[in-house]
Amino acid sequence: MKDKVYSVTFGGIGGQGVLKASELCSWAALYAGYHVKKSEVHGMSQRGGSVESHVRFGRRVYSPLVPAGGADVLLCFHQEEHPRLLAFLKKEGLDLTGYVDKAAALVANPRGLNTCLVGVLSARLPIREECWMQAIETVFKGKGVDENKKVFLDGRRLGQS
Amino acid sequence: MVKAKTSNQALLSGNEALSYGAYEAGLSVACAYPGTPSTEILETLAQFPDVDAQWSVNEKVAFEVALGAAIAGARSLFACKHVGLNVAMDPLMTASYTGILAGFVVVVADDPGMHSSQNEQDTRWVALYSKLPMLEPASPAEAREYVQEAFKISEKYDTPVLLRMTTRVAHTKENVVLGERRVPPRPEFERNIPKYVMVPGNAYQRHILVEKRLGQLQALSERTRLNRVEKGDGRLGFVTSSVAYQYLKENYPDASYLKLGMTYPFCDEKIRAFAKTVKKLVVVEELDPFLEEHIKALGVKVHAKDPSFRIGELTPELIGPLVAGEVKQEVRTPKRKPRLCPECPHWATFAALKKLDLYVAGDIGCYTLACLPPLSALHSCLCMGAGVTFNEGWHKGAPGKKIVGVLGDSTFVHSGITGLINAAYNKAKGVILVLDNSTTAMTGGQQHPATGLTIRNEPTKKLILEDICRACGVDHVDVVDPKNLEEFRTLLEKRVNEDALSVIISRHPCKLLRR
Ligand SMILES: Cc1ncc(C[n+]2csc(CCOP(=O)(O)OP(=O)(O)O)c2C)c(N)n1
Ligand code: SF4
Repeated sequence: MKDKVYSVTFGGIGGQGVLKASELCSWAALYAGYHVKKSEVHGMSQRGGSVESHVRFGRRVYSPLVPAGGADVLLCFHQEEHPRLLAFLKKEGLDLTGYVDKAAALVANPRGLNTCLVGVLSARLPIREECWMQAIETVFKGKGVDENKKVFLDGRRLGQS
Repeated sequence: MVKAKTSNQALLSGNEALSYGAYEAGLSVACAYPGTPSTEILETLAQFPDVDAQWSVNEKVAFEVALGAAIAGARSLFACKHVGLNVAMDPLMTASYTGILAGFVVVVADDPGMHSSQNEQDTRWVALYSKLPMLEPASPAEAREYVQEAFKISEKYDTPVLLRMTTRVAHTKENVVLGERRVPPRPEFERNIPKYVMVPGNAYQRHILVEKRLGQLQALSERTRLNRVEKGDGRLGFVTSSVAYQYLKENYPDASYLKLGMTYPFCDEKIRAFAKTVKKLVVVEELDPFLEEHIKALGVKVHAKDPSFRIGELTPELIGPLVAGEVKQEVRTPKRKPRLCPECPHWATFAALKKLDLYVAGDIGCYTLACLPPLSALHSCLCMGAGVTFNEGWHKGAPGKKIVGVLGDSTFVHSGITGLINAAYNKAKGVILVLDNSTTAMTGGQQHPATGLTIRNEPTKKLILEDICRACGVDHVDVVDPKNLEEFRTLLEKRVNEDALSVIISRHPCKLLRR
């Protein structure tokens, strides 16, 4: 399985931090030494439209998009988007959407929800904890680093339990 | 730019990687007008203090400033979205004749699938039409590499070089290894009338050189490593480029590939030779049959997609049916549509327009979303600037109707002013609403002349919209806040019922995007 490419589909609507979440995951994979491709669509997303981002990592990645039925993991932040995004998930794939409410109950500040969910996700991907920490240090600034590390670890424990 | 803490890598989008590559190649002047999916190129370049970066008023202006800098000796870059290149076509076509002095790269980003565009044109045809070379990266790492190659080709062959991106390449992120900046020595700018003064006699001589250059570029296309062959088992071979290559590689790892990084001029001999090495040859490209038609014209037997695949973005799951020659079936279900932000000042403006039951000649910006229910209060959207000119045309075509033209502040500066002068000069009537939210919101909130700030948020001369409207010769110019609903509606009603040409500047900032 050395050449396996891992595919994660992130989705939600504008303003939920979907792109930040996929950015964290991509950086963690980069620090873990993988070739990473992350796709996202910018443009009109600020105004409540669908946001979808795919992260794929492995020894060598070609397609930046996850094909229908090709995602190992789905992380969907918004119920309305779920049926559409489910089409990306492999038959035996892992749907983490059920964790959204649990994670929401866990975070004090709703803005940390995306990082918390990335913590949940981290428990299921072959990337060392230290790489996730480096990713957080790269993506966030100032006191955001420690705050996000904390919610990330809360999420990670939730994902491991 | 965020770099990895442990290596010389960064996770860069195609646009960022391209910008980095250009920076490393010694780029010194960069100009653009925003447009998805190309906007981040100038936003990235503006972060380098040693690059002279600007938001220009529109694409024609941006192109000319950047080309001028290249002709004067500085490596320069112009970036736009596909429709932006239409605006810059006039200088582009003749720049092919003048050539350059220092390297000049023209980046154009197509938007297959129209994630955020009004049409789906395939800009590869521009290469053919303008007789300019075109490079097409298939990933961010290639974007960094190809832009450096583009500067070399530009200087070696005395030509602007087109670098075509697509949304998927521009907005994919990938690990990219960064390098050092190296600024080549600046060539001396000297008078050269036969080269730079395109009067008919000189242009004739330059046209001879353009044709000669095309031959040389064709030879380059035959030997460049940008057009590479990857040998497979010989049963199936693909001629492909851009992101289509990536989707194919995943689905057909054992096939042979002729992966084209330089899509114009065509490498005829390479294509012929490649065709001989495979049992079945298939050309796979997004949008138009650009490669397909040429390969067929060569007399090479090739399979190509059903014409239904010329529409829309290529996605991984479409590859199988495309290669099999099937008709395209839409697989992805529709997405949630964007809508105006709840606090958006455009709501108030369009609510008033709707109430007065006017015909609204619209334009492009966030406010185009007013065409959707519940407002449904915008009745056209063609291209930037047409909100002003359609007002005039509709008055001529349908006398007696109550018509207004609507456009945003950035759009007004981009291409509304000329239309307004035209209206005043030709005695047109009607009301033009300039929605001044003090930013270019649609593309993420860029500065423009009427915000009084540069791309680096430095204060600069501020264009006063009401002054320029008066100078254009309109009869009345009013400034109101659309959130004062009554005042706004009363004024609008009054102006619409006058036999005059008026401008109402509907001024209220977009709070959401102002950074
Ligand atoms: C020729 C061309 N260049 C660029 C674009 C991309 N674009 C569309 S509308 C727009 C500007 C929108 O700004 P504004 O008119 O101020 O309206 P707002 O979105 O702020 O409401 C841009 C840059 C385009 N469609 N066509
Ligand atoms: S981004 Fe600004 S202009 Fe665009 S819809 Fe939102 S508030 Fe309105």
